[in-house]
Amino acid sequence: MSASVHARTVAELAAGLKNKEFSSVELAKLYLDRVEASQPVLNAFVSVTRDAALAAAAEADRQLAAGKGGPLTGVPIAHKDIFCTDGVRTTCGSRMLDNFVAPYDATVVTKLKAAGAVMIGKTNMDEFAMGSSNETSYYGPVRNPWDTAMVPGGSSGGSAAAVGARLVPVATATDTGGSIRQPAALCGVTGIKPTYGRVSRYGMIAFASSLDQAGVIAASAEDAALVLGAMSGFDPNDSTSVDRPVPDYAASLNQPMKGLRIGLLKEFFEKGLDADVEKRIREALSVYQKLGAELKDVSLPSLPLSVPTYYVVAPAECSSNLARFDGVRFGHRCENPKDLTDLYRRSRGEGFGAEVKRRIMTGTYVLSAGYYDAYYIQAQKARQLINRDFERAFGEVDVLMGPTTPTPAFGLGAKTSDPITMYLNDIYTIGANLAGLPALSIPCGFVGGLPVGLQIVGPHFGEEKILSAAHAFQKETDWHRRLPEKYS
Amino acid sequence: MALTRADIENIAQLARLQLNETEIPVYQQSLSSILDFVGELNRADTRGVEPMAHPLAGLAQRLRADVVTETDRHERYQANAPKVEASLYLVPKVIE
Repeated sequence: MSASVHARTVAELAAGLKNKEFSSVELAKLYLDRVEASQPVLNAFVSVTRDAALAAAAEADRQLAAGKGGPLTGVPIAHKDIFCTDGVRTTCGSRMLDNFVAPYDATVVTKLKAAGAVMIGKTNMDEFAMGSSNETSYYGPVRNPWDTAMVPGGSSGGSAAAVGARLVPVATATDTGGSIRQPAALCGVTGIKPTYGRVSRYGMIAFASSLDQAGVIAASAEDAALVLGAMSGFDPNDSTSVDRPVPDYAASLNQPMKGLRIGLLKEFFEKGLDADVEKRIREALSVYQKLGAELKDVSLPSLPLSVPTYYVVAPAECSSNLARFDGVRFGHRCENPKDLTDLYRRSRGEGFGAEVKRRIMTGTYVLSAGYYDAYYIQAQKARQLINRDFERAFGEVDVLMGPTTPTPAFGLGAKTSDPITMYLNDIYTIGANLAGLPALSIPCGFVGGLPVGLQIVGPHFGEEKILSAAHAFQKETDWHRRLPEKYS
Repeated sequence: MALTRADIENIAQLARLQLNETEIPVYQQSLSSILDFVGELNRADTRGVEPMAHPLAGLAQRLRADVVTETDRHERYQANAPKVEASLYLVPKVIE
């Protein structure tokens, strides 16, 4: 097997499998070895499923030998540890679920298994997906493969670091306020959160149900398109799943950029944006200009409300969703409870980490009698204002572009003491969740050796628009091909 | 909004969370600053605006036929339970 196989994209790996350049078992071993070698430093995985991976890879090899199989048959994948995997421990990054073995597969896992992808393990994450640095995980922080003193972002920090270091060619992830796009930007990879309702959430542990959506972290827009296509589609087991045909994302990647109307969000280029990050974004925009796209300034005056809106709505929904962790049916239970209330309170007090408790309490407060209208209803109204701003913008432009994050990756521990400083990391990503819009991040250069992400937001079900725009950029540039030196 | 120690104890009771002595002042401080931060929303003019509960406007909840579709898998599900006896989840005595 050639030395640089790990640097290939999913599409290239699938071609290699088809041409018998290597087998799926060889490929699984290659990535499993990379995971195990990196684990003491990057800590990108919570569980590594070597035996099951090798068995699934052997089955993929039989399929391929028989001339069967699709574009993902035999390709290794990792799942964020928020997705239930039948018979495999599923922790959601929490002590609460340290001993939880899922009794069924999430629909996303079922679909990717059916497409022939080979799961090699479960990736680390912020506890219950609450965090922007992967420092809230019960299993310890993940480190950024570009500089191990830096965070990988979060909450899908394990998936982003794993793809960034090519410990796996592609990984699933979830995004409630930026948890796919922000770590993808910080780790120099491509991450897409599709439209709310596009991908089933059955078996995906709930955080904030009006915002949560599953997606992909990959090495390129082409790979993201391939895997997103395999994950998407209607699921009767998810009441928010949208019954609407799934376009062939991979087949529609090559769209002309000439005449594409790109909106630049004025509010994304204001105070707080690092000057060097802005330079990289402006350079990326000039690539689109060269391809014939039109740039247009757009203002969304309600957008500055998005972070405070999110920090009412998301904790409110989290306090309700996480009520199911009661120490009775699954999850952590305290020792010797003296009565039922003591059982609930100590099991939850011990099982949840500091940030999860903070969000549950914030949510409990904003939903409590006397505060519900002032906080929760007001936030839902502000959400409507933000939504209308986006609708208006998409009447004038095809896609919106701007930075994914205000700065490149920050140091471990740098923002853990003040929750609001941490929350402001998602200032550019939260809007798309509140409005349910598809959005992605692609690498567009470096600042001080750390990757910078360009964010592209589309209208509802505009996945093809944002993926083809990302693909057009990746045909002109090679930022997505760069690997951290230690993992190249 | 400055929350008191009693406020935090009340919220923790409502949320069924046991906090230890060192956690209470930490949450008193951070929840107060979060409420100040989100209090910014009060300045938004939302008169006549319909609250938005989720992003799929106009989508109705689906109904299904009221028939049994699941098989009995209680043993598998209860394998994750902390305490089970005779297929029943065990909790401390509720009624004296």
